[in-house]
Amino acid sequence: MALLDVNNLSISFGGLRAVDNFNISIEKGELYGLIGPNGAGKTTVFNLLTGVYKPNEGIIRLDGEDITRKSTIEINHAGIARTFQNIRLFKNMSVIDNVKVGLSEHFKYSALEGILHLGRFSKVEKEMDAEAMRLLKVFDLDAERDTLAANLPYGKQRKLEIARAMATGPKLLLLDEPAAGMNPNETKELMDTIALVRREFDMTILLIEHDMKLVSGICEKLTVLNFGRVLCQGETKEVLANPEVITAYLGE
Amino acid sequence: MKNKITKNNLITYGIVLAFYIIVEILMMTGALSSHMKGLLVPMTYYAIIAVALNLCVGILGELSIGHCGFMCIGAFTSAFFSRATENSIPTVPRFIIAFIIGIAFAALFGFLIGIPVLRLKGDYLAIVTLAFGEIIKNVINSFYIGIDGKGLHFSMKDSMSLGMEADGDIIVNGAMGITGTPHNANFTIGVVVLLISLFVVQNLVNSRDGRAIMAIRDNYIAAEATGINITGYKMMAFTISAAIAGAAGVLFSHNITTLTASSQYFGYNASIMILVYVVLGGIGNIRGSVIAACVLYLLPELLRGLNTYRMLIYSIVLIVMMIVNWSPKIIEWRKRTFGRVSFRRAKEVA
Ligand SMILES: Nc1ncnc2c1ncn2[C@@H]1O[C@H](COP(=O)(O)OP(=O)(O)OP(=O)(O)O)[C@@H](O)[C@H]1O
Ligand SMILES: [Mg+2]
Repeated sequence: MALLDVNNLSISFGGLRAVDNFNISIEKGELYGLIGPNGAGKTTVFNLLTGVYKPNEGIIRLDGEDITRKSTIEINHAGIARTFQNIRLFKNMSVIDNVKVGLSEHFKYSALEGILHLGRFSKVEKEMDAEAMRLLKVFDLDAERDTLAANLPYGKQRKLEIARAMATGPKLLLLDEPAAGMNPNETKELMDTIALVRREFDMTILLIEHDMKLVSGICEKLTVLNFGRVLCQGETKEVLANPEVITAYLGE
Repeated sequence: MKNKITKNNLITYGIVLAFYIIVEILMMTGALSSHMKGLLVPMTYYAIIAVALNLCVGILGELSIGHCGFMCIGAFTSAFFSRATENSIPTVPRFIIAFIIGIAFAALFGFLIGIPVLRLKGDYLAIVTLAFGEIIKNVINSFYIGIDGKGLHFSMKDSMSLGMEADGDIIVNGAMGITGTPHNANFTIGVVVLLISLFVVQNLVNSRDGRAIMAIRDNYIAAEATGINITGYKMMAFTISAAIAGAAGVLFSHNITTLTASSQYFGYNASIMILVYVVLGGIGNIRGSVIAACVLYLLPELLRGLNTYRMLIYSIVLIVMMIVNWSPKIIEWRKRTFGRVSFRRAKEVA
């Protein structure tokens, strides 16, 4: 059974069918690319998967569980974490606190213990710090643990967003144009980071990307979206060789 | 970092304690005029409500412009209790229960207002709290409550319609409010309540729940995607904020002979004044709120002698505080000075 199974997903904004009859099936451990020209509906697919928008039709199953009508919060708890096309960090909080917000669901104490700093507070906070530092090390952000997120350089902000998403302990990670705005060096580093996340956490990843080099370099499978519809779907090599894809996307 | 946070919190308590000790010494040596002494308790409750409002505006990131309404609730419910039980419960337990009642009712109203408003995204809270602050005054102004041998009497018309027996006692008398609440509040108790409020808010900020609350403030879309229960945490922060404002109200009503729900104390202008304390002390800066509230409350009073220049000096102080707390250069300079201290510490440890 696929980890993510999406059937006939559609949504309209007014008269515009932003996503039309979208299907995808992602196996556990896959690194899957979602590509397409501007306005094709890629981000809208992410917003549907994470419950930001409710679809007009279709079913989304994660690990066999129907999550179609669930709220964004419930979907995160069910195991989908994401990053955003325009970085959305908790800017006025430190790097480590950004990650600790992501850990909230897994390290708990009561509000009263939190206010009094008693009971499980110290022990759990220590465990959270350790876990957060472990994550930050993976993303090479441990030296910046006390830096305000807003003060990080761009490339590191992108990484921190991924680290925060990973902190929620997802089964599936959605990355929305993680290389947008990066220079070739930063992009190269990002590719390494994504590869590392896969290895380290055995993560299943769905990735939106414009950068063809990045996509062809690391994705095993691709879905090409055009005007909200699936144009082509399959192994990366085959998809990139498809003449329709070349005219619709690569040729322009 | 953990230690830096703890240290930062301790500095806040230290400043409050040091100020308290200085004032106590001045009082013992008779250096304080009775006018000055009369300003001490109000100063503590304004500092407390400023801390409460900063939790709402600075930590949660929701604008409330009716926070004095919660203070009003705390003041009236606690004063009613204290007046009604003045002869039946000894002072100490009575005052403690009065605090619990004032805090609980203010929290309840915060909770009730939060249910419809805080699930919305946008600046609705400002509008609703503004309305709440104005409405609650008018509602209280039309309450008549009395006690006699037969029990509690209630009316919203006038005191005559209560139909009291001769031995009856009118406790809430419409626009004339509550008269004769025992003067149980004093500077020491005010400082203790302020320290407790600081303890609650500063600890909250440095806990799991506080981080969630600030995450919502910084980016609710990302907070939601990170699995944070937006409505729940907003309710929590706002209710705690209202509760602390209620505690300020208890001090207020137990420090005044005649408590009326007047605009001067509980109206729109009063709420905006608290907001000025919070903004000038630095949004999200809890210690700043305490200092700003004390300075800005005392200053106009202390300048009474200099009648002509009073407002001039007051405005200059406002501008200076704005610069000190908001200019990026000066904030950076403050951080650097502070940073150097902790850096030296770190080396000593190493
Ligand atoms: N909330 C919304 N209301 C109305 N229209 C929307 C909304 N969200 C997206 N759209 C429209 O849906 C279409 C698809 O947008 P989407 O953001 O998913 O594209 P995209 O493939 O991510 O493009 P890009 O590569 O530029 O990020 C666009 O025409 C967009 O204007
Ligand atoms: Mg997009």
